[in-house]
Amino acid sequence: MRANCWHGKHELRVEDVPDPHVINPRDAVIRITSSAICGSDLHLYNGFVPSMMRGDILGHEFMGEVVEVGSGVKNLKVGDRVVNPFPISCGNCFFCQQQQFSLCENSNPNAWMAERMWGHSIAGIYGYSHLLGGYAGGQAEYARIPFADIGPIKVPEGMPDEKVLFLSDVFPTGYMAAENCDIERGDTVAVFGCGPVGQHAMTSARLLGAERIIAIDRFPERLRMAERYNQAIALNYEEVPVLEALKELTGGRGPDACIDAVGMEGHAPGFHGAYDKAKQSLRLETDRPAALRMAILAVRNGGNLSVPGAYGGFIDKVPFGSLMQRAITVKTGQTHVQRYLRPLLDLIERGEVDPSYIITHIMALDAAPEGYRIFCDKEDECVKIVLKPGERGTREKTQTLH
Amino acid sequence: MATESTPQGSGQRTRARADVLTGEFQPREAQRQRRRQRQPELWPFEPWLEREQAQRLAVGLGWFSIGLGAAQLLAPRAVCRVVGTRRDHSGLMRLIGLREIAAGIGLLSRRRQGAWLQARVAGDLMDLALLGATLIASPHKARALLPAAAVAGATVMDVYGARTLGPEDGVRIPPGLLRISSSEGLPVLKSTIINRTPEECYRFWHDFSNLPRFMAHVESVQVIDERRSHWVARGPAGTRVEWDSEITEDVPNEYIAWRSLPGSGVDHAGWVRFEPAPGGRGTIVRVQMIYRPLAGRAGALLVKLLGDDPGRAVQEDLRRFKSVLETGEIPTTRGQPAGTRSLIGKAVRLGERHAR
Repeated sequence: MRANCWHGKHELRVEDVPDPHVINPRDAVIRITSSAICGSDLHLYNGFVPSMMRGDILGHEFMGEVVEVGSGVKNLKVGDRVVNPFPISCGNCFFCQQQQFSLCENSNPNAWMAERMWGHSIAGIYGYSHLLGGYAGGQAEYARIPFADIGPIKVPEGMPDEKVLFLSDVFPTGYMAAENCDIERGDTVAVFGCGPVGQHAMTSARLLGAERIIAIDRFPERLRMAERYNQAIALNYEEVPVLEALKELTGGRGPDACIDAVGMEGHAPGFHGAYDKAKQSLRLETDRPAALRMAILAVRNGGNLSVPGAYGGFIDKVPFGSLMQRAITVKTGQTHVQRYLRPLLDLIERGEVDPSYIITHIMALDAAPEGYRIFCDKEDECVKIVLKPGERGTREKTQTLH
Repeated sequence: MATESTPQGSGQRTRARADVLTGEFQPREAQRQRRRQRQPELWPFEPWLEREQAQRLAVGLGWFSIGLGAAQLLAPRAVCRVVGTRRDHSGLMRLIGLREIAAGIGLLSRRRQGAWLQARVAGDLMDLALLGATLIASPHKARALLPAAAVAGATVMDVYGARTLGPEDGVRIPPGLLRISSSEGLPVLKSTIINRTPEECYRFWHDFSNLPRFMAHVESVQVIDERRSHWVARGPAGTRVEWDSEITEDVPNEYIAWRSLPGSGVDHAGWVRFEPAPGGRGTIVRVQMIYRPLAGRAGALLVKLLGDDPGRAVQEDLRRFKSVLETGEIPTTRGQPAGTRSLIGKAVRLGERHAR
């Protein structure tokens, strides 16, 4: 089969690799019909995630048709159309039984590596470094799904891929980010980063009762997307002093909740941004927490800070005093996708949400390296790319945002 | 350290050995008493862990000694300049270097590390005296201060290690096991928590033919009768070892201890304990195992050089035990597709295939 493989920083190759097969009884194999490139894949692309190996197959947002099931999988059969969550979860351990699926204790065969880095391991994740299991990802024609009796959800006939694909990651991730804000009716929520997760966090915050949503980014097309689909007030941090603007918009109190949907590769104008870049390139900090710092300082006293953005290691100059003195609650974590699949699919089926609004490009799998490049460089107003395995030569821009 | 200062006179040894496992970590009588009183045992392993830490420190100090000694032996004049002696004391410096190297080798041999650390403390005091003399005589007083501070720091670590380890090795040995000194086999203690009842965990482990499912180095275990079993394991470099083992203690749903039978060529012993976790949250499983490395001392050294860490091996075994019990299978990526690997990547995969 064809698969998009990592070969180093900014070096991807779509290669011919062997087809995957069932290894354990609870495995299934699916033929992938759609697979997205995630913002967190760019951390791999830019070489910020350790323990990647040449030849690793990328991709953790994918869906398709079941072609093989192991003897232990009773709820799926060949031919079923499913969306697959990005964390691999056993369903039996302490955490899975509490619905904290991304903290599964059994699915990471390289748990010892993660334990060295983070103290404890989390669940394995498809195509996301050997630290998180070294599982082959889904930017390929086929993928093996471990614990297939727990993860994948069947999708209704006739529902197009684009509407349900993002159940695999960004929609539940945005939803959990909003849920972590404990939103009450009338709240003001500020979202740092208007990529796919940020957009879905805004959509979900609206669903959960937020009255005013403030979107912060530096790319006009992403801010426009937030205005157009989420009726957000857009702030371009390269043009407006964000902290002052947020105070002004809230009468000096600050937003009730802030969401950092940026993660480890944050940007900031001026000295502050240059400082992080220098420290990161000298390996004195692993992550650039520009958005996190600002989100802490911005949120109102006693407010909620939700961090769906991915961080990997160590950060510097975090205003922890502000966090403590002002009684801020922080909630974070990889998304417990399995918990949200059913309720969010219901929302989509009822037509209340159509997550496909974030798609800007549809491309053939073979064009994945090019896709990563334009996504990373934010060329061509790129916000979300969906890859189509099995199709050749496709490259389609699905919407313009100016 | 109270646990290590117990003198092991010849008269006491037999008795001490008879209830070793129990004696050191979980006195049987005390355990029964606790059970009667329903008092949870909180953390019985602290002294043992502190000792393990001190052993690691001793190894670090061993390498430090060898490095310093080599510098003193090979470049005595440079070292003299660093500490700021007025005249050239190359000869004395070389002698001190030899002393350092001897201490380093002693510590790395992993036998009687406590005694070697005591020797290092004496050496440190001598060095401090010499540095003091230099300090008084030398025109470069500031220069001698830094080395003095460094030696003082090393002295603190030496004293801590020597006190924690004590002069005797005294690794606790399961009853009936051939005596194994710490240079030949380190005991390993690991634990995990499993979302199953103690009964389920005990039942699975008690059927020894299940052990190869989660013990990576064990190829097969044939159950001979209620107590005895025949083990086949993979040794280093493709070797295979076999031995007979017997269950030495068996408390249903709580505790199993086993050891290899004398004369079977391999010294191996272990125990596993199943305690209900607080709040009904499954079972805490604690395992201790001792293996005498298969090819004697040379083999042990080789294994160490290759970085085979028995602690991690047992931890990984336990992780697989948990996975089998909770999920019915062991998560793996072996056999999945990948793109073209680099040379290192290929080597890693080859190593994995060999290890499993």
